Amino acid sequence: MYDFAYHKPTSIADAVKILSADPDARPISGGQTLLPALKHRLNKPSALVDLSAIAELRGIKRDGNKITIGAMTRHADVASNPEVKAAIPALARMAESIGDPQVRNRGTMGGSVSNNDPAADYPAAVLALNATLVTDKRRIAADDFFQGMFTTALEPGELLVAIEIPVPEKTGYAKMRNPASRYVMTGVFVARTGGNVRVAVNGAGPCVFRQTEMEKALTANWSPDAVANIKQSPEGLNGDIHGSAEYRAHLVTVMAKRAVADAG
Amino acid sequence: MNVVTPFEGIGASVKRKEDLRFLSGRGQYTDDIARPGQAYAYILRSPHAHARIRGIDAAAAKAMPGVVAIFTGADMTGVGSLPCGWQIHNKDGSPMAEPPHPVIAVDKVRHVGDPVAVVVAESKAQAKDAAEAINVDYEVLPAVATMEAALAPGAPQIHEGAPGNLCYDWHIGDKAVNDAAFANAYKVVKFETTNNRLVPNAMEPRAAIGDFDPATGEYTLYTTSQNPHVIRLLMGAFVLQIPEAKLRVVAPDVGGGFGSKIFHYAEEAIVTWAAGKLHRPVKWTAERTESFMSDAHGRDHVTTAELALDKDGKFLGLRVHTLANMGAYLSTFAPSVPTYLYATLLAGVYTTPTIYAEVKAVFTNTVPVDAYRGAGRPEATYLLERLVDVAAAEMGMDRVEIRRRNFIPADAFPYQTPVALQYDSGNYHATLDQALEVADWKGFEARRAEARARGKLRGIGISTYLEACGIAPSAVVGSLGARAGLYEVGTIRVHPTGSVTVLTGAHSHGQGHETTFAQLVADRLGVPVAQVDVVHGDTAKVPFGMGTYGSRSLAVGGSAMFKAMDKIIAKGKKIAAHLMEASVEDIEFDRGNFRVAGTDRSKSLAEIALAAYVPHNYPIEELEPGLEETAFYDPKNFTYPGGCHIAEVEIDPETGKVEMVNFTAVDDVGRVINPMIVEGQVHGGIAQGIGQALLEQAVYDENGQLLSASMMDYTMPRADDLPSVGVATHATLCTHNPLGVKGCGEVGAIGSPPAVINAVVDALRDYGVRHIEMPATPAKIWSIINAGRPKMAAE
Ligand SMILES: Cc1cc2nc3c(=O)[nH]c(=O)nc-3n(C[C@H](O)[C@H](O)[C@H](O)COP(=O)(O)OP(=O)(O)OC[C@H]3O[C@@H](n4cnc5c(N)ncnc54)[C@H](O)[C@@H]3O)c2cc1C
Repeated sequence: MYDFAYHKPTSIADAVKILSADPDARPISGGQTLLPALKHRLNKPSALVDLSAIAELRGIKRDGNKITIGAMTRHADVASNPEVKAAIPALARMAESIGDPQVRNRGTMGGSVSNNDPAADYPAAVLALNATLVTDKRRIAADDFFQGMFTTALEPGELLVAIEIPVPEKTGYAKMRNPASRYVMTGVFVARTGGNVRVAVNGAGPCVFRQTEMEKALTANWSPDAVANIKQSPEGLNGDIHGSAEYRAHLVTVMAKRAVADAG
Repeated sequence: MNVVTPFEGIGASVKRKEDLRFLSGRGQYTDDIARPGQAYAYILRSPHAHARIRGIDAAAAKAMPGVVAIFTGADMTGVGSLPCGWQIHNKDGSPMAEPPHPVIAVDKVRHVGDPVAVVVAESKAQAKDAAEAINVDYEVLPAVATMEAALAPGAPQIHEGAPGNLCYDWHIGDKAVNDAAFANAYKVVKFETTNNRLVPNAMEPRAAIGDFDPATGEYTLYTTSQNPHVIRLLMGAFVLQIPEAKLRVVAPDVGGGFGSKIFHYAEEAIVTWAAGKLHRPVKWTAERTESFMSDAHGRDHVTTAELALDKDGKFLGLRVHTLANMGAYLSTFAPSVPTYLYATLLAGVYTTPTIYAEVKAVFTNTVPVDAYRGAGRPEATYLLERLVDVAAAEMGMDRVEIRRRNFIPADAFPYQTPVALQYDSGNYHATLDQALEVADWKGFEARRAEARARGKLRGIGISTYLEACGIAPSAVVGSLGARAGLYEVGTIRVHPTGSVTVLTGAHSHGQGHETTFAQLVADRLGVPVAQVDVVHGDTAKVPFGMGTYGSRSLAVGGSAMFKAMDKIIAKGKKIAAHLMEASVEDIEFDRGNFRVAGTDRSKSLAEIALAAYVPHNYPIEELEPGLEETAFYDPKNFTYPGGCHIAEVEIDPETGKVEMVNFTAVDDVGRVINPMIVEGQVHGGIAQGIGQALLEQAVYDENGQLLSASMMDYTMPRADDLPSVGVATHATLCTHNPLGVKGCGEVGAIGSPPAVINAVVDALRDYGVRHIEMPATPAKIWSIINAGRPKMAAE
């Protein structure tokens, strides 16, 4: 780890002020991704801006047909929150399945979404649920947010504040874990919101993506059978020592089936 | 006074004495030790698999804050090469190629992770900062990452002294007799397999602290070692030329070894040497990534085997050709692993009359490969037990029946195999029958059908294995090329009030010796376990012993303690005879009591001990005071644990994921001292065996970059990868050591991998699968399922 300055602001405005004054400063939320990177000397931020003392960034609230999750909300809180469990059960189960208890009690939904690791869980939920990403400056639709491997629409110094999710009718999630890291090797999140079906795939490609053919099929017929014969092209998918692109493509179909079954 | 310890002696599941300090965070591991004024070493390692070092510029780094010194290979003049402890001879009688292994690379680096420079600084962070400022000018050379590439004509040469990258070309067995057996065979079954390369990954990374006292000229090395005396011998005599009396090696609590901490590593010599140069303690602790590229790896064989059978399925002969990867340099025990710990095991539990094995050991641009839990014996067992299953399938025979037909019968011991070993005892039918019963082998087809109804492919697999441990008869291994004796030492020190300190050359790094050894004393001398203290791991405290590996500690070290107790009892009898005015011949000893035969007159061990240390009333003319005895025990033979493992798996055909649903182990480890500890050892071994079979693999790319260099890509077994394991023991006693024990540390890792793969292949039988290589990952299994058209579809 290299030396860095450390700030612990108590408001979004103060955090943004520090971040915009110093292009090499980085926000840190749960630290479950950033700290290992720092320890391996892969990053050299001039300063860390610790978001954990900013009360406005924490918590989950339901407002009519909308659930808002603060960026600093920990995985464990997403998993156990009664509103989330009732309204978006697959999201709660997803949060419960991330890493281990230590990771879930430190890691945050905002950190994971901002990081956009192709093998992370949340991006699939955010995309399938057609969530809106609220930053200190603007509101970004999920479709515009995830732009590529570890790349999002966030500009330097821009802070993710909350994730707004329209309450869906049905949600389901299924994933095959990477045997070594236990991150997602291929996962599929299905959601039906206001009659609209969205299917998002994580782990398989360099960035989370929507499987539109499956969305059409499920709109016509919400059942595992509807996707059972839809093949995902391996083109552009990830291949590594744990599985080829073909294997991941195959898993998209399997996980989609299971996600729909999970949704019921 | 009558001392009885019925619940602590041999056969009692005494709770582990050492666990209080481990579980409460009070263990003292090497990294927990802080010497006054210690500096920190960081080792700059090669990022290239093969490169010439044109120059190293450390000037800027030396000027960085906190830097105490920077040393490169060129600075270490007079420092010897890291020695190899075993010499193998080629078929033509010439010795193996034994190229030098510099402590820090001199002109060339030969694997990713090869040390290039060491930075010593006031803090670890400063050492790392400075290391980043060292400029190494590499001329990158083409690398050979696989044995195939290394042996190819025109391949890049790793060492000057090893033409063709060949370390040795060795064989065992009578080729003519073997060829004749094949000529007369009814059927020959051929099988090729790779035994996957593993990274041991002890929970505690390696660490070392060198300390030097300029006032006395004494060096101390604290190190994560399984055998501190061996390190003292090798490092003192061959690398740093420090007389043994001036070198103390301490291996304190060690968090797992599995073989990887047997070897003398460069870092031990680096910190000791640097401490002497700098007159400051120097500490080095590996980071996990460093462990991946500097701890010796395990396994890595490529083998072709042929089994000749008669029409009834009797084995007529076995022929084996193996390529064994040595990595870039010869690690301490490396040459012995694919020869005397592998090829000599190829008879297994079978009466195969002739065996011929040829082993070529090959240098590659990878981390050195050496002994890892089982060392050679898992490779032999895997080969045989897979081959037997393939043979059964090709002969149309039942897997169990073909084994039974070829077992060495229980009444055939001692049994001389065609590959040098003579087994002393065993009963393979008994362990097989017991395992079949416990695993409900008969009921399996119903379970398979039930799984199929749930969409799962269920399979069952068996492995009937044997291993040789209790290493080793010194004269035998000496004639085979070992450069050290392999006896063990034990001292029993009875204190004046009757408590006991045991000094042992064995080293405990997870095995529970402090408890098991105390039980031996409790059982024999009647001293409660709580009053027996076991001291190990410090050359300043313990007589010269050989350490712990090869499941030897109880069979060899325990036997030494037993012999020392013989001496204690003999001396105690003389003292008792004197005190009770009886003749020595009339004194009987039983668990702590010296009794005059046929009377109620007796003296406790404590009373005898007090008399020995306060010799007011003592046969001082004939007997020295004190009650402390040492024995060195050199075994007459190896010990031969064996048994039967049965694995049951379910495969999800959509993902290829294997779930271990059941595992049964019936092991003959000889007499069991502490059943709970044996069970724990077997569990751990099976976890590693299942890891090898389903999960673990060290993967290099063609340039010699280690792709699986962290836990993100190297699949360590986790709790949810493992089934609940049924462990049972069936004892036939070792006939040549006084305890009748055989050893239990490695059986789990040796017996289990073929049982698992046999089960996976069985589960996939409808897909026409003959073999699947380890690790049987989901992706690999899916590709088989995807390619094969199931015959069962028609059903
Ligand atoms: C052992 C282990 C296992 C794991 N397993 C999984 C798993 O199975 N699935 C999974 O999805 N994840 C897994 N993770 C990752 C974990 O979920 C992380 O917590 C998460 O990816 C990042 O969240 P964080 O709060 O820790 O972010 P941090 O590490 O603090 O930050 C991550 C990145 O986001 C930036 N950032 C943080 N907050 C904001 C914000 N509000 N606005 C803008 N940028 C921000 C940071 O600057 C940094 O670049 C695992 C982690 C570990 C250590």
